Amino acid sequence: MNCKCKKCGASFTSKLALALYSFFSLCCINSFAQNCNNRLSIQVIDLHDGTPLENATVQTNGLRGTTDFDGNLIFENLCKDTYVLTISHEDCEPLEQTVDIKKDTFRKIRLEHHLNELEEIMVISDNRNSSRTLFENKISKEVLDDYNSRTIGDVLKTITGVSTLNSGSYLSKPVINGLHSSRVILINNGVRMEDQEWGIEHAPSIDINSIDKISIIKGASALKYAGDAIGGVIIADTSKEKLLDSIYGNITTSLQSNGRGGGISTNYIKTNSNGWHYKFQGTFKKMGDYETPDYVMTNTGFSEHNFSFKAGLNRIDHGFDVYYSLFSNRLGILRSSHAHTAIDIINAIENEVPLVINDFSYDINTPRQKISHHLIKLRGFKNFDFGKLSMKYDFQSNDRKEYDIRRGGRNNPALDLNLQTHSIALDLESKFNNSSNLKSGILAKYQKNYPDPSTGVKRIIPDYKKYDFSLYSVYDISLSDNWFLEAGIRYDFSHVNSYKYYRTSLWEARNYDELFPEFVVEDLGLNTLTNPKFTFNNISTNLGTRYSIDESQNIYFNYSISSRKPNPSELFSEGLHHSSARIEIGDLSFTSEVGHNLSLTYNVANEKSNLTFNSFANYVDDFIYIIPVDLMPTIAGVFPVWEYKQDDAKLFGFDLKYDRQYFTNFIVGHQLSIIKGYERDNNNPLINMPPVNLKNQISYSILELNNLNLSLESEYVFSQNEYPNNNFEVFIATDGIYETLDTSTPPSAYHLLNFSSSYGFKSNKGGNYKINLRVENLLNHSYKNYLNRLRYFTHEMGRNIMLSVSYSY
Amino acid sequence: MFDELPHFYKAILFATQLIINKLKIKIMKIFKYALLAIPFLYFSCSDDDDNTPEPINEEEVITTMTVTLVAHDGSGVVTMQTQDLDGDGPGLPEVTVSGPISAASSYSGSIVWLNEMEEEVEDITEEILEEADEHQVFFSSDLDIDFVYSDFDSNDLPLGTQFILAPNAAGSGTITITLVHEPAKPNDGLDSAGGSIDIQTTFSVTVE
Repeated sequence: MNCKCKKCGASFTSKLALALYSFFSLCCINSFAQNCNNRLSIQVIDLHDGTPLENATVQTNGLRGTTDFDGNLIFENLCKDTYVLTISHEDCEPLEQTVDIKKDTFRKIRLEHHLNELEEIMVISDNRNSSRTLFENKISKEVLDDYNSRTIGDVLKTITGVSTLNSGSYLSKPVINGLHSSRVILINNGVRMEDQEWGIEHAPSIDINSIDKISIIKGASALKYAGDAIGGVIIADTSKEKLLDSIYGNITTSLQSNGRGGGISTNYIKTNSNGWHYKFQGTFKKMGDYETPDYVMTNTGFSEHNFSFKAGLNRIDHGFDVYYSLFSNRLGILRSSHAHTAIDIINAIENEVPLVINDFSYDINTPRQKISHHLIKLRGFKNFDFGKLSMKYDFQSNDRKEYDIRRGGRNNPALDLNLQTHSIALDLESKFNNSSNLKSGILAKYQKNYPDPSTGVKRIIPDYKKYDFSLYSVYDISLSDNWFLEAGIRYDFSHVNSYKYYRTSLWEARNYDELFPEFVVEDLGLNTLTNPKFTFNNISTNLGTRYSIDESQNIYFNYSISSRKPNPSELFSEGLHHSSARIEIGDLSFTSEVGHNLSLTYNVANEKSNLTFNSFANYVDDFIYIIPVDLMPTIAGVFPVWEYKQDDAKLFGFDLKYDRQYFTNFIVGHQLSIIKGYERDNNNPLINMPPVNLKNQISYSILELNNLNLSLESEYVFSQNEYPNNNFEVFIATDGIYETLDTSTPPSAYHLLNFSSSYGFKSNKGGNYKINLRVENLLNHSYKNYLNRLRYFTHEMGRNIMLSVSYSY
Repeated sequence: MFDELPHFYKAILFATQLIINKLKIKIMKIFKYALLAIPFLYFSCSDDDDNTPEPINEEEVITTMTVTLVAHDGSGVVTMQTQDLDGDGPGLPEVTVSGPISAASSYSGSIVWLNEMEEEVEDITEEILEEADEHQVFFSSDLDIDFVYSDFDSNDLPLGTQFILAPNAAGSGTITITLVHEPAKPNDGLDSAGGSIDIQTTFSVTVE
């Protein structure tokens, strides 16, 4: 339908065609001298992937021929003249092309397949694994719909081997096989999110309603996005626009009992058969205080408003699009988690229940956070003989304000950071033949962090400018029907130029005055202004292979080396971090950490069942982590000192997933994931390793009854039995005794039951209604979660009934 | 002037033709320039502007707490002070007590908090008095000493910047003074007051 031959409005192609036409007509004036021994060779190929098209018919001036297996056709004895060729193929709209014959001529003609087939191709490429040598985990639109009132962290947890590190009920960040924060890269619509991912209390700034699919990739294909993704890359994407004249979209409203709030989200997409398309999407969510089975978690509500817009042209062989998205939220932090000293934490732990419990409210008071994230992306691509070339520019601005309970009527934020990132990338995807591909690219990035000094509080993250430059290349080849090989390499250059005021006493205590005298700009007495500059050169590589035993069984093996430079908080932290009531100290002498990851996956799938077994071992050299080392008296009391350390670590474990269909409409699923992490020198367990987790699910669906689907899920989380003992003695001045501050002992195991159901029907206007009912923590069980930073202060959410109604047109 | 118009048009037409004809080559060139521009962009945004960030006025920090005890029998003044000039830096607080407390007298106590980090020393006591209902000072000792609040907030609940200290017996031990922000008021003491501790210092004292 959308053949290149069709002149498509006032677009660029038609101008080009017009120009070429006028050009040809000009030079053909003097071509009347008859000389009829010229040969015209034609090759007809598929516009999308360059494969030759057999049986294409070419007609001109009474001549007619069809292409052979290789798409070739030759017309002999043509006179010097201008010929109008009409090329047709059963799957394609006919194409007219003018050719000027003066001598023997070769012409390559690109035909576009008919719409139906086109759609199929697009669907295939949509669902295709980004990597063919690594088993890829995906989340479908259906699951995303189920979780539309939740966060991206919550939905990622449905993948085996992924857990989340939480700060309360709303802030959750993904942990892949035990690794998180700067080790997990998030790609939103092709753009690497720069949203200050280093902090545990910083959740990804992505609206779950703005995306249609999520996948997690590791291995060679991940090198396209990042070299420092030691944990993995999470790719959130929108689906491709259909190539037909259509308007579609949906409106979803959701309500939930816990938090007594809900949200509304809408999508509007307009597409045209000539390739132009645009899309609007908006979400608004509002929740009040969440509740545990026994009490209200005061000040845990949030509101979120998000908007995105996309417009562009997709002509299959060339196109461009513009994307803008805004993610903004305001959220309360549990009132009782505002602990300033170790004694406050001891009191909280002893109390079990928060000290401040107020009646349910929608108010968001201090402590709270306010975040807005703008993303603008411009992208263009064009297919050439040598491959698909695409160019991308994006700009992100992440603004984070944290408000603390302050004295003296101060209501300005205690932390106000603005992170701006520009990046420009050029990618080339070349297909050598049917069995091998090469992807390569180049990327440059500039980032600036600006902490607003008007907060009146010492900067946690200093002013810095960062310059990145990367090159990558990934090659894949099918060696035989069974063997598939993929290899990649990436080089990352990074230069950080920062300005930071250090406490002179700390600068000297850390021996920085001797190690880094060149960084000192000015000694101001109490503080020293420094200008630390660092340059990192990192190489990451990967080798992966897939062996297909037969049609249903595959074995994947992958070895990758990823290098991650230390993030600003690991380098520059120096001082009291109020929200965690501890003094955190970074280290300027850190080097990049290097992860060696080996993974072996076995997958067997047939009509009735699907089994995936994934085992991995991750040896990370110079792993950066934070541990408590000392206690320090200050005027506000004694604080634990946590220092970032760099040591070799090892993580290993496996994930198992098995689904089986019984009868025609029962599906029983099981998921188990186990992970262990240790320091390599002394075999001490690493902190915050996800405990063993077992999920069992049974679902029943009746297609005849409007796709009614009922499912019951059981989730059993074991108690983490291996953890570092970071407890320490705290002097209780009022009693004159020492007491142990037990921040390390993990909470006990828990078992949750969740229920979900969905029901869909068609409206008489042609749209589709879908109703989802999901109940989490069905038994209203009271429990604490080891991976929640606020577990000392509160239990987890109680029963939550979520109802959503979605209408799509 | 009008005569020139056709030429003008011609020029435009010619230019347009030229541009259109070269469009295809241009696309390639744009990509080429973009490729060239990347390292250029990259090096052009090198460390050129040296606008150093301004220092932060650390407003809320309390560096110094001075407790002045004036004996009711006129026997003199005892001063207890803690001072931590680098705040959360590695420097330790300097805790001093000027002399022994007399068991024979009761004392009027008053507390002053300062932020000596700022260039102009700031008296934090004013802020605490303004927000009296959000603060409370707690006293404790392993010696036999009575502490009586002598100032109150707007709800007539104890504040503690002014107090009476009455020793009942001689001995050596400690006095701990704690300033809590946002405690539950009223409360039964520090352990159940909640809130967050702004200042807590233990002074070694002798009562004779």
